[in-house]
Amino acid sequence: MLIKRPSDILPSEITDESVYLKRRDLLKMAGIATAGALTSQSVFAAAPVPGASGKELTGIQKSPYSTDQEPNSWSDVTTYNNYYEFGTGKDDPYRNARDFNPRPWSVVVKGECDKPGNYDYEDLVSPHALEERIYRLRCVEAWSMVVPWVGIPLASIIKQFEPNSKAKYVRFKTLHDPKRMPGQQRRILGWPYEEGLTIEEAMHPLTLMAVGLYGRELPNQNGAPMRLVVPWKYGFKSIKAIAEISFTRKRPRSSWEQVIPAEYGFYANVNPEVDHPRWSQARERPIGAGVFAGKKATLMFNGYGEEVASLYAGLDLRKNY
Amino acid sequence: MITPGSKPFYRLTKPVIFLACLLPLVFLLLRAFEVAGYGLGANPVEELLHELGRWGLKFLLLGLTITPLRRWTGWNWLLRFRRMLGLFAFFYIVLHFLTYAILDQGLDIAAIIEDVIKRPYITLGMTGFLLLIPLAVTSTKGMMRRLGKRWQKLHRLVYVIAIVAVWHFYWQVKLDTLDATVYGLVLATLLATRVFHLRKSRGI
Repeated sequence: MLIKRPSDILPSEITDESVYLKRRDLLKMAGIATAGALTSQSVFAAAPVPGASGKELTGIQKSPYSTDQEPNSWSDVTTYNNYYEFGTGKDDPYRNARDFNPRPWSVVVKGECDKPGNYDYEDLVSPHALEERIYRLRCVEAWSMVVPWVGIPLASIIKQFEPNSKAKYVRFKTLHDPKRMPGQQRRILGWPYEEGLTIEEAMHPLTLMAVGLYGRELPNQNGAPMRLVVPWKYGFKSIKAIAEISFTRKRPRSSWEQVIPAEYGFYANVNPEVDHPRWSQARERPIGAGVFAGKKATLMFNGYGEEVASLYAGLDLRKNY
Repeated sequence: MITPGSKPFYRLTKPVIFLACLLPLVFLLLRAFEVAGYGLGANPVEELLHELGRWGLKFLLLGLTITPLRRWTGWNWLLRFRRMLGLFAFFYIVLHFLTYAILDQGLDIAAIIEDVIKRPYITLGMTGFLLLIPLAVTSTKGMMRRLGKRWQKLHRLVYVIAIVAVWHFYWQVKLDTLDATVYGLVLATLLATRVFHLRKSRGI
């Protein structure tokens, strides 16, 4: 027979509810001031990030969607970028985006939604809690990194705009300003850069609107002030410096698809079985692993198959690359 | 004063040019071992691969510059540097190939064979590399003598190799083909001077 032990806490020891509630408020207030610093520090407390710069973000929550793989160094993530708005060389964005000022920033929202308009950066970011998402990133060029993003699930932001039932796709556009983005002075891609997702992909919990990196504000060369991160797709789908979001009935054509449709498709899901016409996608070079590390096998959907494979049930991924 | 083309002239200039041709490698090694703040960036294998390939191509084009430059200036002594430039082209392309085979592919022979068969730009690169081998082997004075007139015929392969090399570069680029196009234009100019000379000498 189970005898319940009486609680050995005396009634006098139990905090009065009003005091308890006040203390909560106090903690909350203190939390606003310090918890952010604490959480963002706790994420990387073991080793401060060498070379990291930019304003620290506060109130970052950890996420179960993060991988436990070791993230790439700050230097790897911020000096090796494909961001043609600042040049086509891998270190061009690092060198050419220095003077870019991503504030003030606003995003035009339009198309099939009930709350279109011009939204300030703060309108989109402040209502939501920031999460850290450590994701694998696989570039279509067969290299990969692990990146500790900070952001907001895109779904949370999209819900603000109340898309209607005709919204089948979401199209994103990068800022178009050749004076501030010198790479746009050469017509390599059709500017502004455009990307798209199905509404299901956009609402998927893995899809992130990133505003930070390593607990700090997003560096310019990584797509400041806000960029998409779709970890199961090749990196070029994760459009940077987003200035426009529209909800469409028709499938948008992404910038790479417009230029070389035989090589870059709309879906661009990471798929080791479907090669790029000019190179193999079966393996990838992990950046930061050293000269003699070699390549490793690429995983279907970049290892996020469990979460996203169902989105593509019945779809021929060889045709819909 | 040392007259160009004299023995003391070559004794002085050849080692200087030889060392100059080694400078790109020295600089790459400094970067590879991160000496004096240099580095190869986040993707060192790719950087090595691309830099060695570019230098191979640069030396090929330099070698092809000798003849038109000699005709234009009348400096016949230039001809004595052509073999060195050609062999340095071969040297950098061998390193380019070794970087690909060892560092990039990890000596996975099956993967390399698949690459050569399936990827047209690698098929081209490998073709150019293989065609360079007989030229390097027959670059000695003894071989020149033994092959006689056939030597020149054989060494005209360098035109094919240079075209293949630029094409290999062009096809490998994802989108921004500006660099490869510049190399292509330089090669086109060098080849055009030969066509021009041929027409003139035949009186067409």
